[in-house]
Amino acid sequence: MSTQPIGTPRPSLQTQISRASTIRRTATNYIVAGLAILATIVVIAPLVAILAYLLFKGASSLNLAFFTHIPAPVGEDGGGMANSIVGSAIILVLASLMGIPIGIAAGVYLAEFGRGKALATAIRFTADVLNGVPSIVMGIAIYSLIVIQQKHFSAFAGGVALAIMMVPTITRTTEEMLATVPHAIREAALGLGVPKWRTVISVSLRTASPGIITGCMLAFARVAGETAPLLFTALGNQFWSLKLNEPIAALPLQIYAYAISPYDEQHRLAWAGALVLILLIMVSVTLVRIFANRGQLKGAS
Amino acid sequence: MSLTPTSPMTDERNPQSTESTSVLPTLPRPPQVSLPGAPDSGSTDPVAPLSPIRAYLNARGSGRIADNTFQAVMLLCALSIFLIVIFIFFILISRSKLTLAAFAFKFFTREAWDPVSGDFGALPFIFGTLATSSLALLMAVPLALGVAIFLTELCPQKLRAPISFLTELLAAIPSVVYGLWAVFVLVPIMRDQLGPFLYKTLGWTGFFEGSNFGVGLLTAGIILAIMILPIISSLTRDIMNAVPNSQREAVLALGATRWEMIRIGVLRNSRIGIVGAVMLGLGRALGETMAVTMVIGNHPNIGKSLFAPANTLASVIAGEFSEATGDLYLSALIEIGLALFLVTIVVNTIARLMVWAVTRGAPARAH
Amino acid sequence: MGVGIQVENLNAWYGTNHTLQDINLHIPANHATALIGPSGCGKSTFVRCLNRMHETNPIARATGVVKMGDLDIYKDASPVEIRRRVGMVFQRPNPFPTMSIYDNVISGLKLNGFRNRRILDETVERSLKSAALWEEVKDDLKKKSGASLSGGQQQRMCIARAIAVDPEVLLMDEPASALDPVSTSKIEDLIFQLKTQYTIVIVTHNMQQAARVAENTGFFLNGKMVEFDSTHKIFTNPSDKRTEDYITGRFG
Repeated sequence: MSTQPIGTPRPSLQTQISRASTIRRTATNYIVAGLAILATIVVIAPLVAILAYLLFKGASSLNLAFFTHIPAPVGEDGGGMANSIVGSAIILVLASLMGIPIGIAAGVYLAEFGRGKALATAIRFTADVLNGVPSIVMGIAIYSLIVIQQKHFSAFAGGVALAIMMVPTITRTTEEMLATVPHAIREAALGLGVPKWRTVISVSLRTASPGIITGCMLAFARVAGETAPLLFTALGNQFWSLKLNEPIAALPLQIYAYAISPYDEQHRLAWAGALVLILLIMVSVTLVRIFANRGQLKGAS
Repeated sequence: MSLTPTSPMTDERNPQSTESTSVLPTLPRPPQVSLPGAPDSGSTDPVAPLSPIRAYLNARGSGRIADNTFQAVMLLCALSIFLIVIFIFFILISRSKLTLAAFAFKFFTREAWDPVSGDFGALPFIFGTLATSSLALLMAVPLALGVAIFLTELCPQKLRAPISFLTELLAAIPSVVYGLWAVFVLVPIMRDQLGPFLYKTLGWTGFFEGSNFGVGLLTAGIILAIMILPIISSLTRDIMNAVPNSQREAVLALGATRWEMIRIGVLRNSRIGIVGAVMLGLGRALGETMAVTMVIGNHPNIGKSLFAPANTLASVIAGEFSEATGDLYLSALIEIGLALFLVTIVVNTIARLMVWAVTRGAPARAH
Repeated sequence: MGVGIQVENLNAWYGTNHTLQDINLHIPANHATALIGPSGCGKSTFVRCLNRMHETNPIARATGVVKMGDLDIYKDASPVEIRRRVGMVFQRPNPFPTMSIYDNVISGLKLNGFRNRRILDETVERSLKSAALWEEVKDDLKKKSGASLSGGQQQRMCIARAIAVDPEVLLMDEPASALDPVSTSKIEDLIFQLKTQYTIVIVTHNMQQAARVAENTGFFLNGKMVEFDSTHKIFTNPSDKRTEDYITGRFG
């Protein structure tokens, strides 16, 4: 203030206060920005750490034996997870065969027939809520329904448990993708005298198909890593089994079993299995991203 | 071909072109003009054969049966979603009849868990669930908000897609893989480094008593926090993006700093939605099974120490279901599953309503 | 060959909005009839009642009698059957984006199960020639997608698609309003040729267009049909003062 020439009025109290508060506000601004960046780093760090660990610990165990052999007897070295990989594939195919058609059909109903109806809103809401139900609850529900009735564990029961997890997800994504189909082309088909069912299949579904396939892949990737629903349905199996009404091995189940076992050898295999599982899921998620972008362009043209 | 209205038409169009006396263009004069009200004959040549196309299309039915069947099948599949929920509810109730009869509501207020003598009470697991979920939220919510703020308001455009992709990858990692990493990386850190550090610095609070083997409430809370982060953060981002730019601009025009703009223009408007996102994260934390089972210590316990082993509703089912001998034991576990089912439905319903209230109009994301 | 349409006491609603009130009208066969009027007067709703597209909207309702020749289109046939006989060209071109030009043109046949390859090929050629598009696309029929053409070409392809099913009536709801002047005049020439084969009803807000292509014109205002007469009379000596106000530009 002493640098001001004589005669100019001194800065008022208000200017002094606002200058201080400006400094405080600017400082706060920068601090918050810093915290936000810090938060992002803290969030990404575990991801990097987990992936790094998986690679580090698991890659060395990925050899041909891993993909072709079944688990070795307890205490022995070697062995692989071939039966788990195949078993997972079988369960996932089962689940997809049951879950994808029902999910797509439900999505078709919501988008093409249920617009504006209260029933459709209720179904949509229920699907969202169902997506949040813990997977272990699904597991014990299917256990109570199928395993107790049949008096044995089975790949089929595991498939059903995963299927009911896929249905709400696929329903919502199918509905959302169908909603992006411009109404004008539906009208074009109806105006030509094409019946409604044919319009839905050959125009709506066909136009939205890239997005719908994306949604199915997302649901597939999500249930591929699920362990809890399979604990009491598919149970797991140390040997080769391809039968649908017997317990079957699955990759996540085997990883869990090995992780909590006391043997180092099995820990090693758990890491390798986790790496394989993660790679499969990441590939699916990335493919989804690529397809989603292409699908958007296609639908918009 | 002329485009101006007053020029005469070409000869093909109008062999009798005349000049018009009004500003309107010359009009074609058709040979006959039908006046309104006079019906005329249908096709000019009723005896002419129909083209094969017309014959084919005329013979096609109305497709009404196919349409109705199709709609019915679609409706049935849509109703299956209701059926799934109802089915789960009824089967869980029917299989937990034994403990429902034996203990009624006291099941959830008793502390006992002795399978041998048939004495069951779920209170320790309720405690474990609440404790781990609260810890997880405490750690995850500020971080998730930070990430959301960074990605929506601060991040340069080019980095936005890769970083958000990375946070979504976090959501794609299966629970069992988180658990595996937690068992072999997090537990030793907790046992050897983090635990002693916390005891030294914060031991006076009483939260860090007792022996520390690396497993326990805190470890489970940490891995849960990592797992629920992506949900809270991506939903919060959607909600923040749903706030119209006019709100941001209005606050900026008043001379606010960027943080103040975020606080007043964006966060204040999306408060309800963010609470909803947090509740969805809570819903996920309540039901998370595998990773928690692997690091929580699997021991029914209620206590102040964060180092103590414990059990959650989900992890007791996962851990003890296969050893459940006796119908009462099984019934107890299934009743716990029923409780988990109902609680997560309630939490998720409230959460979805909140999120929906804020993002109405903006397109939803499927999770 | 075209067929005439008789409309008696047609009323239409969107929810509680009484969009069309007591329309009585006769559309002569093998002529072009234009419907003019200001925005929102109900002319689009009217043509959508002629091919029963109006009822695809869940809150829409219509009463009255519409007869194609001797057929009561609401009582004697299903909507799907009617729409196979009454074609429609929409305001904005709406080709099927996942189909080639060839598939777009014969979509009305293919999606109804028609399989004869030879007739399909002939139909594509005939329809595209009638729509004055054949020369421009004949080499790319199966290679290009329907959506890759320019706006004017897309609309002509939509016209080809509509006439490929050999309808008796062709409804056109402002077919050139989204197009440039060159495309517009091409389409007007088209209509001139087409009306020898089909009965055409064209909705337009462009009075000069109505004057250029149609023998008869109906003037709609606020859901009512104020006047229907030969185009020449409507534009030179209208009976109703409201018609005169509209065509001289006092409103609308």
